[in-house]
Amino acid sequence: MEFFSHQTNFQFMATRKVWFGLSIVLMIASFVLLFTRGLNLAIDFTGGVTVQATFPTSADLAAVRQKVAAAGFRDAVVEYVGTSRTIAVRLPPEPHQTSTQLRSRMENALKQVNSGATVQSLSVVGPQVGSQLEKSAGWALAFTLLFIFLYIAWRFHTWRLSLGAILAVLHDPILVLGFFALTQISFDLNVVAAVLAVIGYSLNDTVVVFDRIRERFEGNRRIAPNVVLDQAINQTLSRTIMTKVVTSIVVVALLVLGGPVLRGFSAALLIGILAGTYSSIYISSAIALECGLTAEHIFPSARKAAADELP
Amino acid sequence: MLEYARWKYILIAAVLALGLLFALPNVFGQDPALQLAHADHSAVTSAETQMVTSFLQQQKIPYRRAYVQNGRLIVRFANVPDQLRGSDAIAGQFKKQYISAKTLVPRTPGWLRALGLKPMPLGLDLSGGLDLLYQVDIKSAVRQILQTYTQDASRALVDAKVPVAGIVDVAVDGSALPNTIQITLAPNANLAAAQRALTDPLRGLTITTSTGSGGAVIQATMPAAKILARENYAIEQNISILRNRANQLGVSEPKVERQGNDRIDVQLPGVQNMAEVKHLLGQTATLEFHLNDAENNAFDAQQSGNVPLGDKLYTNTSMGIPVLLKREVIATGDELTNATVGESQQGPAVNITLDSRAGESMLRTTKQNVGKQMGVVLITKHTETREVDGKQVTRQVTTEKVINDATIDGVFSDRFQISGLTLGEAQDLAILLRSGSFVTPISLVSENIIGPSLGAANIHMGMMALVIGMAGVLLFMALYYKIFGLVADAVLVANVVLLTALLSMMHASLSLPGIAGIILTVGIAVDANVLIYERIREELRKGVTPQAAIRAGFEKAFSAIADSNVTTAIAGLVLWIFGTGAIRGFAVVLTLGIATSMFTSLMGSRALVTFMYGGRRKIARLHI
Repeated sequence: MEFFSHQTNFQFMATRKVWFGLSIVLMIASFVLLFTRGLNLAIDFTGGVTVQATFPTSADLAAVRQKVAAAGFRDAVVEYVGTSRTIAVRLPPEPHQTSTQLRSRMENALKQVNSGATVQSLSVVGPQVGSQLEKSAGWALAFTLLFIFLYIAWRFHTWRLSLGAILAVLHDPILVLGFFALTQISFDLNVVAAVLAVIGYSLNDTVVVFDRIRERFEGNRRIAPNVVLDQAINQTLSRTIMTKVVTSIVVVALLVLGGPVLRGFSAALLIGILAGTYSSIYISSAIALECGLTAEHIFPSARKAAADELP
Repeated sequence: MLEYARWKYILIAAVLALGLLFALPNVFGQDPALQLAHADHSAVTSAETQMVTSFLQQQKIPYRRAYVQNGRLIVRFANVPDQLRGSDAIAGQFKKQYISAKTLVPRTPGWLRALGLKPMPLGLDLSGGLDLLYQVDIKSAVRQILQTYTQDASRALVDAKVPVAGIVDVAVDGSALPNTIQITLAPNANLAAAQRALTDPLRGLTITTSTGSGGAVIQATMPAAKILARENYAIEQNISILRNRANQLGVSEPKVERQGNDRIDVQLPGVQNMAEVKHLLGQTATLEFHLNDAENNAFDAQQSGNVPLGDKLYTNTSMGIPVLLKREVIATGDELTNATVGESQQGPAVNITLDSRAGESMLRTTKQNVGKQMGVVLITKHTETREVDGKQVTRQVTTEKVINDATIDGVFSDRFQISGLTLGEAQDLAILLRSGSFVTPISLVSENIIGPSLGAANIHMGMMALVIGMAGVLLFMALYYKIFGLVADAVLVANVVLLTALLSMMHASLSLPGIAGIILTVGIAVDANVLIYERIREELRKGVTPQAAIRAGFEKAFSAIADSNVTTAIAGLVLWIFGTGAIRGFAVVLTLGIATSMFTSLMGSRALVTFMYGGRRKIARLHI
């Protein structure tokens, strides 16, 4: 079985302006969504209380909301997690209550809806936890980008490819964040991990294309750079699609079977992988081309680059 | 002709064999169990084991095995309902003898355990349990040390008879917090004498002197390195105290570790009684020994409100009557070296051991005061966080209680008993005293409790996702790349085995994000194979012979695999360093997974393919 039995010859670079336009529109849309709707931040960031409970039969959310409000919990958000028998109740911080008090109050309220209801988990996060998280996530992002910029500049001898890679890498998480703002899926720490993993994945693709660009340039220095880039993308296209199909198999398995804890995580990965495929084709290489990438940048001297060591 | 060095085959076989061995303990699963321990750490005897098991038999609660391990009695059950019944029954019957804890015990066979091989411990999201995150008040740690300097400096200046206008803490050199003590001398003071007097007490600080309008001003600044060291000390000290207490709770594998700059994460698998644990972990206690003032009447003092000079009136006492104690302290809990539960003629007691200095002081006092009474004051502190005007304010609440006021019936020094307690009180007191006191206050910033059935459900879901996702990939690869797909499948399975082995060797705990990381690693490992096989197909299309295509495929795909994996590994490593909790667990798996997948795809896959297509045979066609 093969997806492409013959070498494809799509002219990706010819239409790059159109795709730049699309990316810019999508990124602007993501920013607008982020600023208007915002992310549905989980208590990992905001501080507060989350109670997860199971019911012997399907839980009636309206009844749960009413009983929870009657028990004196203000601004409670009640939703299903996974199945209709499991619910999560999110509350703003309740500084005057111990977790034991909260738990028994909540359990009493839920038992009024169904006497078989049991509290499965309770999380209380202080408001000071979130700010530190944001800070370390910010540092993580900054360091990742810096190291990757340097690594690519070192391996491929040009900042043009580094810049293309970094911009592609920024593009993907922005779209993922936009998706989370649009769908209002709860944005928790696991999603942050997924977004940072998306950076890794997106790079993976980009670097594979770069590697082929380097190889094409090596043998054909007279050919126009846009042709070389098209060749490189076409020659790696079957691998790109194949890898995406396989990775999507496992991510979809996580999304469907992994349970509520990993739902946001797998959704972020799935969107990120799709965006990453697109950005590694249309953004990273195209930006390097816009920056005037030629064979001389990758092979500064006439001499042949040393062959890579083999395992 | 394809060739692959013999030593590489041997290396691969050895790594795989080791990997299988280390990964093996994970396949046996875990038994729900109860762990019973003595509060004072003494080992559980076999007679006691007999007693507990016959009690369970009598209650008709089936159990698998009961044995003593590290001085603790482990009772294993076949399922969770049995464990819960057993736990309730044992708690009812033996509450006084044991601290009991629900736990999970791996079913690893004896010969693997004898080799020191263990399965990955389960994270709290999989095992259920209590996760507490504490924040250390490092500001107050620095404030404390400045206070000590201030006290020493002012004492030295008084001794040297240098008049002082004032001493304050100030922040200099752009520090956000006070890092300097500023001493303003009186206008007539002798600056040289002051400097001489301060040389010793302010050693190690950077001292600057200036003359203002009022008098000379001396600033002594703590170097940044010293402040950092003090902060680290405050955190390390709290970690060891929390670890000590967590161990005393009888939890099977408590985890206490630093998180970020000033946080401590305490993970207690299997623990569900949140209130009790938080109370014990967050409380600090110290003792003070004072002589009783027998010449004055405590009731009179309470009524009139006139407490005799040099005395302190305690109304909160275990005896229920007010007590007047001399303010002078004979010994304090800081000087205590050990506290254990013991027996006395009046029932349960706490055996106290003091250090030599406090022992001498005790000896001196008891020599002169045989027949008089001595009071023991228990000072407990816990931090309370409240919201005041929308801001979180943490404050220390101190309670002082006279727990004992007994006649000194003989001369003693560094070893003695506090009696007149119930067994429960004696156990709690011994634990509190042993674990010392928090020198730097901590406060609870987040807590998370996960029920055992939620943990079990999480494992089930994670494993389902892993198995189904992996099966999907294996099937797809076999269909798409035929024989080579099967090679890729073997390599993928080997990759999961090696990753599991590495994680088990590191004793990294497995959490749900970790399982997600393993699943993603399958995706990464596939990518390397896809790169190679697509390259082989490309070469075949060019009309190269099968064996040359295989060689070219592996060689040309190498740089793409290496560069793309290194960049992903950079992201993984940064996450590993900056991440905490769930993120870190995921990053560890991701980064190690990249390493194992590079090994299995580049070396393992090549060895297998060479083995199949190597030699001098002519191959008409590759099934790829």
